[in-house]
Amino acid sequence: MSLQFRVEKREQGSALFRTLATSASVLGALFVAGFLLLSAGVNPAAAYMEILREALGSTYGISETLVKATPLIITGLAVSVAFRMQIWNIGAEGQIYMGACGATWVALFSGLEAPLILPAMFAAAFVAGGLWASVAGLLRARWQVNEVIVTLLMNYIAILLADYLIYGPWKNPDGYNFPLTAQFSDAARLSEYFNTRLHSGFFLALFCALAVYLLMERTIWGYQIKAIGSNQAAARYAGMKTGLAIFLVLTLSGAIAGVAGFSEVAGLQHRLQHGLSPGYGYTAIIIAWLARRSALGVIIVSLLMGILLVGGDSLQLSWQLPVAFAYAFQGLILFFLLASDFFINFRLRRVKEDADA
Amino acid sequence: MKKLLALLTMLALFTAGCTNEQKPVEPAAKATAQPAAAKQIKAGFIYVGPVGDAGWTWSHDQGRIEMEKAAYVAPSTYIESVPEGAESARVINGLVQKGHNLIFTTSFGYMDATLDVASKNKDVIFMHCSGYKSAENVGTYFGRMYEPRYLSGIIAGKMTKTNSIGYVAAFPIPEVIRGINAFTLGVRSVNPQAVVKVVWTQTWFDPGVERDAADSLLDVGADVLTMHQDAPATLQAAEARNAYVIGYNSDNRKFAPNAFLTAPIWNWGSIYTKTAEEVQNGTWKTAQIWSGMKEDLVQLAPLSEKVPAAVKQLVEEKRKAIVAGSLHPFSGPLKDQTGKEAVAAGVTLDDGALLGMNWFVEGVQGTIPQ
Repeated sequence: MSLQFRVEKREQGSALFRTLATSASVLGALFVAGFLLLSAGVNPAAAYMEILREALGSTYGISETLVKATPLIITGLAVSVAFRMQIWNIGAEGQIYMGACGATWVALFSGLEAPLILPAMFAAAFVAGGLWASVAGLLRARWQVNEVIVTLLMNYIAILLADYLIYGPWKNPDGYNFPLTAQFSDAARLSEYFNTRLHSGFFLALFCALAVYLLMERTIWGYQIKAIGSNQAAARYAGMKTGLAIFLVLTLSGAIAGVAGFSEVAGLQHRLQHGLSPGYGYTAIIIAWLARRSALGVIIVSLLMGILLVGGDSLQLSWQLPVAFAYAFQGLILFFLLASDFFINFRLRRVKEDADA
Repeated sequence: MKKLLALLTMLALFTAGCTNEQKPVEPAAKATAQPAAAKQIKAGFIYVGPVGDAGWTWSHDQGRIEMEKAAYVAPSTYIESVPEGAESARVINGLVQKGHNLIFTTSFGYMDATLDVASKNKDVIFMHCSGYKSAENVGTYFGRMYEPRYLSGIIAGKMTKTNSIGYVAAFPIPEVIRGINAFTLGVRSVNPQAVVKVVWTQTWFDPGVERDAADSLLDVGADVLTMHQDAPATLQAAEARNAYVIGYNSDNRKFAPNAFLTAPIWNWGSIYTKTAEEVQNGTWKTAQIWSGMKEDLVQLAPLSEKVPAAVKQLVEEKRKAIVAGSLHPFSGPLKDQTGKEAVAAGVTLDDGALLGMNWFVEGVQGTIPQ
C-alpha cells in the first residue's frame, strides 16, 4: 500500500497551539543539534546551559543580547510593515547602509552640534533609507516591476556606495589612509548605560515597535494596508489607492530600516566602516516571517535571535568548537521554526488508495 | 507511530548515556593552582577567517601552536571567523571574562574594539595586528611583508613570457597597496617591460570571488599570478590553466604543485613566543612592532624547482642585501603610475609614508579609489 498525503489548509490555530508548536520545534532543533555536539564530545545539556549563561547569565551578557537585538528589532519591523501588504522588502540590508550614510554625513560634515545633531542624524537616516526604498516603491507602483528583485539588487549598490564613501571622500584624513571615517564627536553618539554597550538605540527600537503597532492597528491607513494585502482587487474596488499605498509602504519600510543604520553608527560603531551590518537586513526577513508581522512578535523573536547569536559564541569560547557549529546550530533552529510555521498553517491528511480516483 | 516513539526513546536514552565529563574551560581555577612566581600565560586569539583557510588565519594559528611550546604558556584559546567592527568587541570581552591575560586580535578591523575592551581591562595585555592605535596595555605588531614581496616580484618578472602579471588583491588599503608596489618594483627591477594588473575583490576570504578574479586575469593574458588573499583559490586557478603562481601567507604549494613558484609567508610564532616571554617576565611594554626579514617575522617560502638556478641565486643575493639593510625596495628614484617622479633619487620612504601608502608605482595597472 503506498502512502499518499494531501496538504490541507488548517484553520488558524489558537495562540496556545501556535506557542506549543513553536516551542516544540525549538526543542526538536536542540535535540538534533545535540547529536552534533555529542559527536564532538561535548555534553549537549552543558552546552545549552552555557549558551544561556553567556547570553543571560550576567549584566554584561544581557546587555550584549539587547545590543544585538536592537538592529534586528528595527529592521524586523521595517520588513514586517511591508509584509502586511504582501510587499516583500528584501532590501533592508541596503537601507541600513543608506541610513548609516545619512547619519554619518550629518555627524561628520553638517557642522551641527548638540542638542540638534542627534535628531538631525535620525532624520537623515530616516530620509535616506526611505528614499532608497522609494525607488523600488515607485517602480512597483507605477510599472509593476517586481520589488523583490529591485530591493535585493539595490542592496549591493548601497553597500558599494558606502564602501566608496569610506574608501574615498569620507576617509578619515588622519587615519593613515585606512578605510574608516573619522570617529563621531561625543555629541553625535547615543548614550550608553550601566557601563555596558547598551545604548539608547534599544529604547528607540521599542519606540519604533510601539509606533508601528499604533500605525498598523489603530489607524485607517494601517487598515487599508492590511486590506490591500489580503485582496488588492477588492481594495481597489472599495476605492483605495493601491498604487500610492504600495509606494508609501515601501518608502516607510525603507525609512525604518534606515533608522537601524542610525542606531548602529550612533550607538555602537561611532563611525562608518566596511561591514557595518553582518546581514541584519536578511535576518530581518526571517524575523518578520516568524513574528507573523506583529510588532510584539518582532521584539520577542529578535530577542531570541539575540540570545542565539550572543550565546553561540560560547560554543567556540568554552569548547573550541569550530565556528561551523554555531552556524549549523542557528541553521537548525531556523529550519525547525520555519517547518513548524508550515505545520501551524497546514496539515497533512492521509489519502486512502480506495478513495475515489 | 509507536515505532517512532520507541526510536525516540532509545535516542533519548542514548543521549543521556553518552554525556561525558568535558566541562567548559575554567581558567580561573587553574591560575590559582599555580604558584604566584610562575605566572601562567593564558592567551586568546581572535581570527578573522576560519583556521582552515590555509592562509592568513592558518598562519596565525601555527604561530599560536608554536607559542604553546613554552613551559609557562597554558593551553590557549582561539575564536575563528569573528566579524570585524563593533561585533568583535563582544568576543574579545568574552576572552577577558574567561580569564585570558594576553589577547591577540589578528585583523585590522578589530582596532577600535580592541582599544575599547582594553580601556576597561587594564590588567590584560592586548596585541593588535596591523593597526596604528596603541595604548598603555595595547601594543601593535605587523611585518614588513613588502620585503619578501619584492623578492617574489623578481621571480615573477623573470618567469613571465607575456609580460603580463596578475595580482588578486583584497582591499585598497595601505598594507595591500604597499605589497603590490613592492612586488611591482621587484618585477620591474629585472623586467622593465612587464606590467602588473590588479583586480580588487573587496574580501579577505571568499574562494568563489577570488577564483573569478584570478580567472579574469588569466583571461586577459596574465601568465603569472599572485595574490593578497586568505583563500588558496588563486593558486588553484593558476594550476588549472597552466600558469605560474606566487602564493601568500603560508607555504601553500600543495594547492598548486605545478604552478607554485614561491610565497611570501608569515612566521608569527617568533613574535607570539617573544611577547608571551615578555609578559611572563614582566618586561612587556607597549610598542608598535614592525619587523621584517631580519627578525624572521616574514620570509620567502623555498623556491620551486621551476625557478632557474640563476634566478634563485639573484633572489638569494637580494635577500641578503635586504637583511643586511643595504637594499630597501622603496628607495628612489621611483615613479608613480603616471610616470611622474614620486620619490627622488637618494631618498628612501620612511615608515610613515609606507604605512599610509596610497599610490601605485609605475608598472601597476589598476586604480585606487580616492
